Amino acid sequence: MKLALSGNEAAAYAMKHINPDVVPAFPITPQTEIMHNFAGFVADGEVDTEMILVESEHSAMSAAVGAASAGARVMTATSANGLALMFEIVYIAASTRLPIVMTVVNRALSGPINIHCDHSDSMGCRDSGWIQIYSENAQEVYDNIIIGMKLAEDMKIRLPVMVCQDGFITSHSIDVVEPLEPETVKNFIGEHKAIYPLLDVENPVTYGPLDLYDYYFEHKRQQVDAMWYVKPTLRQIFADFSKISGRAYDIIEKYFVDDADQVIVTMSSTAGTAKAEVDELRKKGQKAGLLKIKLFRPFPYEEVSEALKNAKHIAVLDRSLSFGADAPLYSEIKSALYNQNKKICSYVFGLGGRDINLEDIKKVFSEIQKLDNTCHDIRFIGLRD
Amino acid sequence: MVNIKEFSSREERLSSGHRLCGGCGAPIIARMVTKATKDPVVIVNATGCLEVATTIYPYTAWKVPWMHNAFENAAATISGIETAFRALKKKGKIKKEIKFIAFGGDGGTYDIGLQSMSGAFERGHKFVYVCYDNEAYMNTGIQRSGATPYGASTTTAPAGKVKQGKEQFRKDLTSIAAAHHVPYVAQAAPSEWNDLITKAEKALNADGPAFLNVLSPCPRGWRFPENLTIEISKLAIKTRFWPLIEIENGKWTLNKDITKPLPIKEWIKSQGRYSHLLKPGNEAIIEKIQERVNKDWEKIKKLCS
Repeated sequence: MKLALSGNEAAAYAMKHINPDVVPAFPITPQTEIMHNFAGFVADGEVDTEMILVESEHSAMSAAVGAASAGARVMTATSANGLALMFEIVYIAASTRLPIVMTVVNRALSGPINIHCDHSDSMGCRDSGWIQIYSENAQEVYDNIIIGMKLAEDMKIRLPVMVCQDGFITSHSIDVVEPLEPETVKNFIGEHKAIYPLLDVENPVTYGPLDLYDYYFEHKRQQVDAMWYVKPTLRQIFADFSKISGRAYDIIEKYFVDDADQVIVTMSSTAGTAKAEVDELRKKGQKAGLLKIKLFRPFPYEEVSEALKNAKHIAVLDRSLSFGADAPLYSEIKSALYNQNKKICSYVFGLGGRDINLEDIKKVFSEIQKLDNTCHDIRFIGLRD
Repeated sequence: MVNIKEFSSREERLSSGHRLCGGCGAPIIARMVTKATKDPVVIVNATGCLEVATTIYPYTAWKVPWMHNAFENAAATISGIETAFRALKKKGKIKKEIKFIAFGGDGGTYDIGLQSMSGAFERGHKFVYVCYDNEAYMNTGIQRSGATPYGASTTTAPAGKVKQGKEQFRKDLTSIAAAHHVPYVAQAAPSEWNDLITKAEKALNADGPAFLNVLSPCPRGWRFPENLTIEISKLAIKTRFWPLIEIENGKWTLNKDITKPLPIKEWIKSQGRYSHLLKPGNEAIIEKIQERVNKDWEKIKKLCS
């Protein structure tokens, strides 16, 4: 059944179909609608979930860590400053190996305060040990949350997952979404299996001990190992998911990339805009292509390297910055291509929700065609002088 | 009233062999509180002395399920655990009754964890929050907190040539907790073991959040010999420095009336953190502390009448 849903509504539907045990929540724009919708499902008895309406995002993630350690299936959502306030506990959730799924509705971090989209919030957490999946549209939001839940709870992985979508652009735009049957989702994700739950009082465990130089390093290494299981496991989950949904996904998405001379690499909703421009340019005979990065953590270096082997000119479009260093996505792409002699350029766009349109994308494709060398300065799209 | 013979026969939940300092009040309090119920307990511990010294990996001194998350979020963490318990019980996945206890020092409770505790109280989670109040950030090296008493010397508000220790009075956290209108709030001290265990029992059986503020003498931070912990605790009661009170469903009770209080100078004389106050010229500071003790006592008497 096809429904007209916003990205936030799609996220709430995915949560409804997963029917988690506990959802701690705190309001922040543009994430709020997810919890409005989900609270409605709770109020109507459509889910069994206990919500904890906490007094801050710090407490939301703290309660999520507590509930997941207790043995519950836990989900939450946030944006921007809310994620920043959670930051300390975001790391603890990952290092405690808790399979929490959190929707991050990407929004610019303060200051100055701004409520619109960029990726500075989730990029700030890229080294926290969470798996990060970025969604292009509302359908992907719904699918990625369900896929993310199954991935997080995989026995070899047991890591939390951030499912990101673009604030307002995706979260508040109405899109066509085809949800699965609740029963199908239930069977797909299966029963939640707790590991060493705190509530198993017959088998007491100590969580979060003081871990010094004699063991801490080995525990970090275990997190590294868990991350390496993500790519093969996610590929298997994508394959299984396509059987129940008819929708095929991969950790990167190649759109006319194989024979392309010019390739734009980007994430989330901008991938949709770029696809439309690729269609236009292909009609005119330009060999343009788009590479969408869906899985940002762990980063698919080999896949990117392989995908871009034929490209002559590459533009990486970041919706966030790293002041005094390469922008996050560009930094990874450059790293993936370190042994290929590519002409590659870093573009930063859309900070604080500034729009990016087909003309902007067209201009990038045109500019990089003339690239003689890798450009050394960041180019800004749609920025006043 | 607690039967000491029966109580002492109960299984310990915090075992010996932990690495807290000799004479520390915290494990005495933790043992008494956790043994005050025969139901299974799940514990959350804020970052602090009790946490670091009982769980240095790969060892643990806890014989019951225990979790440390961070410094400021013991109450939020136990909110999550208690909610998970209700969610799983509703689904028939858990049958037993379980009690939930959060421990935090004064830094983790009066200061950095206050918001988290306030939120958990307002939401009505069924748990007991126990503040072991040693009146400074002892784990990080005796820094002043919102619980440090007026005039005490700490590493961040030391007595010096122009300053005489902390220049502010402590906040009244017990009243702040009571202002949430939770079913049970009490102030206790380890020397009054019967009072403390009785209060812990009431807190654990309360139908909603409960708060215990327990004075926890600290030989290192307060500067007194390790064998005097219980004596120092008694002195806090006898000087009216730490009144034993409870607020049960809004009703205030003074559990131990001190009709002939010792002067506060006796309390001050007992600890090195106040030694500068005994120097000539600082008499007015002691007088100011005495006045505050008198005023607080009058206020409590009125509330308990």
